[in-house]
Amino acid sequence: MSASPPNAMQLATTGFLARFEGNSGLRANPVRRRAAETLRHVGLPTQREEAWHFTSLRPLAGIAFQGAHAVHDHGHDLLARVAGIGGPRIVFVNGRHDTAASEMPDFTTVGEPALDETEDAVSLLNTMFADDGAHIEIPPGVDGETILLASLGVAGAEPVAFHPRHRVRLHPGARLTLIDVSLGRGTYLNNPVFDIEVAEGAMLTHLRLQDDATDAFHLSSVRATIASRGTYDSFALTLGARLARMEVHARLAGVHGAAHLNAAQLLGGIQHADFTTVVAHDAPSCASRQTVKNVLTGKSRGVFQGRIEVARAAQKTDGYQMNQALLLSPDAEIDSKPQLQIYADDVKCSHGATVGELDADQLFYLRSRGIAEPAARAILVRAFLAEALDPIAHEDTRAVMEHAIDAWWKGHNP
Amino acid sequence: MPAVAATLDAVQSATESGYKWGFSTDIEMDLAPKGLNEDIIRLISERKDEPAWMLAWRLKAYAAWLQMEEPDWSSVEHPPIDYQALHYYAAPKKKAGPKSLDEVDPELLRMYEKLGIPLKERAILAGVEIPEGERPPIAIDAVFDSVSVATTFRSTLAKSGVIFCPISEAIREHPDLVKQYIGSVVPAGDNYFAALNSAVFTDGSFVFIPKGVRCPMELSTYFRINAQNTGQFERTLIIAEAGSHVSYLEGCTAPQRDENQLHAAVVELVAMDDATIKYSTVQNWYPGDAEGRGGIYNFVTKRAACRGARSKVSWTQVETGSAITWKYPSCILIGDDSVGEFYSVAVTTNRQQADTGTKMIHIGRNTRSTIVSKGISAGRSNNTYRGQVKVMPKAHGARNHTQCDSLLIGDQCGAHTVPYIECRNPTAKLEHEATTSKIADDQLFYCRQRGLSAEDAVGLIVNGFCKEVLKELPMEFAVEAQKLLAVSLEGSVG
Repeated sequence: MSASPPNAMQLATTGFLARFEGNSGLRANPVRRRAAETLRHVGLPTQREEAWHFTSLRPLAGIAFQGAHAVHDHGHDLLARVAGIGGPRIVFVNGRHDTAASEMPDFTTVGEPALDETEDAVSLLNTMFADDGAHIEIPPGVDGETILLASLGVAGAEPVAFHPRHRVRLHPGARLTLIDVSLGRGTYLNNPVFDIEVAEGAMLTHLRLQDDATDAFHLSSVRATIASRGTYDSFALTLGARLARMEVHARLAGVHGAAHLNAAQLLGGIQHADFTTVVAHDAPSCASRQTVKNVLTGKSRGVFQGRIEVARAAQKTDGYQMNQALLLSPDAEIDSKPQLQIYADDVKCSHGATVGELDADQLFYLRSRGIAEPAARAILVRAFLAEALDPIAHEDTRAVMEHAIDAWWKGHNP
Repeated sequence: MPAVAATLDAVQSATESGYKWGFSTDIEMDLAPKGLNEDIIRLISERKDEPAWMLAWRLKAYAAWLQMEEPDWSSVEHPPIDYQALHYYAAPKKKAGPKSLDEVDPELLRMYEKLGIPLKERAILAGVEIPEGERPPIAIDAVFDSVSVATTFRSTLAKSGVIFCPISEAIREHPDLVKQYIGSVVPAGDNYFAALNSAVFTDGSFVFIPKGVRCPMELSTYFRINAQNTGQFERTLIIAEAGSHVSYLEGCTAPQRDENQLHAAVVELVAMDDATIKYSTVQNWYPGDAEGRGGIYNFVTKRAACRGARSKVSWTQVETGSAITWKYPSCILIGDDSVGEFYSVAVTTNRQQADTGTKMIHIGRNTRSTIVSKGISAGRSNNTYRGQVKVMPKAHGARNHTQCDSLLIGDQCGAHTVPYIECRNPTAKLEHEATTSKIADDQLFYCRQRGLSAEDAVGLIVNGFCKEVLKELPMEFAVEAQKLLAVSLEGSVG
């Protein structure tokens, strides 16, 4: 094995390691050094690894990403797309906090994050390079209302990579709606990690819009721990990036906790997007819900991997997972792996998955009532997505997302 | 037989504890030395009187096996297998080769009697009484360790042109057919255990159904592992020519032994235009004791190629035995409008581990597949459904429906579902649903308040849970399977 020439993934790994070695500031931190050592040892994942069976990071190889540095183009115009969302906002441009564009919310600071040890390769990368991020801490019983966290990627001739590390902590009984949007132009790698703690009886609503540039790469991880009677309620809409993988790891650590990991992926062209979730039911009487919808056109490929893990102690678990895909073109592909791993007997866990094209009968019904085919198709696609979008209670965000979906639909059905 | 009566009967007959079929027979064995090397393979080939091409094929498989690593992706765990500590050839000592049943070792016949499979012509499996002319009889190709000792109904089958014989005989008598099809569905280097099997297989069944023939009787092979430390490496090859139809039953019990026994079989099915193959299995090898000692390691590769248009292959399995079950009966749906089916019940108790499921690969147009999997875990066992539905770009109008349900009995067991759904054609329609639950208290209460004991109630509910699969079994097997389910779960509630 060692004698063979390095493959694409080894080259990509080497590229990141070289950038790390060249930065003495980063190397000074032992946690980062350990992450780099681990990455050197395991390398970026290949499709031989079960967790990466459907998604290849090969496109990353051969792109010489530079660290984020001072930019001339701040990309503030991109924020127009989320202008409908009022309230305080924290803006990051190429992973660095942008004071001018931000309107700082309460309970929030920014700066170099505290780094926890991480294990998977994508988070290791983040641990090596993360030097900025938002730190949101909502005190007990306080309603933090709404915070918009916008990440803008702007790259010119030189591809850039940025690795923000955000920490969100809700103390007992606190509430917050966090709206997290990624927008940009050019070739860049957006590699954020969210460390989330939801304490007893707290509730975090996490609404995410990933509309990164068509040449961009989006590799994000969320690691959420939910205490007793806490709720982590998330919805992620993926529209952008050439290659995207969102990983969400939610751990239900206390009784009567709840996790909702809903998502919709709308892809066209040669896009590849992967939504991977792991819900660990570690405590009794918790509930998890996942509704994941894929709408695929062009030569795009959608991936959903969802695992529900139920520990011995987690009796009375209620887990549900639904994954549906609409294939709108002959070259689109969906790969789905809904997985149950159950070690407790008094549980109710189920999952369902469907794949198909638009229903011919439904189309006929609409056309027979005088609706032209393109409009009929649009209606059916919107109806298909409704189940995932309906639970979004935040009206402004929902409007922005629906607008983004309409724009996407127009863009792919000229 | 009504399910209720069968269940009650089963529970009653199973009150003797321990493994009911755990006896062993003393018959002189012809053993090859322990270990695996080219010489052993040459010896096997020589004993079987094989042509040179077969030996070359075996040696090629062995060379491939040496380059491979034992797979570790499944959820089963076991101590490393010492492949050099096994006998790769064991044959009951025989005189000149039995010409008829009279010449078969009476010890053997007695053993089959204990197992309830009378070999005598006109006798039917398990003594089920069937009025004259109502059902066609069943032909049995009995495999005792590695050599088929007797094959019945040869003449009836021969009249319709059906070939049903031990594969070693087929290699000698029908070399062209074997050469054409062996390894064409499961290539010699397909996977670690298939490569091992290809190198050292000693026996198995060969079935050839000629064009347009509906096989006049159900074919049955009774596998049984005997002699200590002999792995069994059967190879089964079934070819159904255009427009033919065959139903094949495979059933197994094994005597109680302390050391783990390795079993790595390969089954290849080929269905041409309009042909139908129905393959049913009841597997009840020794699962090991309550602490997981002993028991069979069952690493099986089963695959069907639906090559012809409108061909159909249906796999039905009831898996209650073995310490480890690792098997994924699959269908490659190549012919347009071909159909693949997989019906499975897997029961694990004590420390058994099962990692089983299917693969449905849709290649042709309008191909259809159905998967129904029922997993039942009790004790400290682990039961995994692992399956793949793959639709290739040209499989227009492909259709799949998958249902996998898991039932947990007790809080020390595990039930897992790992489906892979991969679709590359928009006209395909795929549905997958999976549930995991325990036996509902109200169901139990309903049965108990009508006077059933807890154990009877569980047997009844479990049989109901598995009904969709059991109804796919031929009648004789369905009865046996219902008994097996109840017996297997005995002592796991209370």
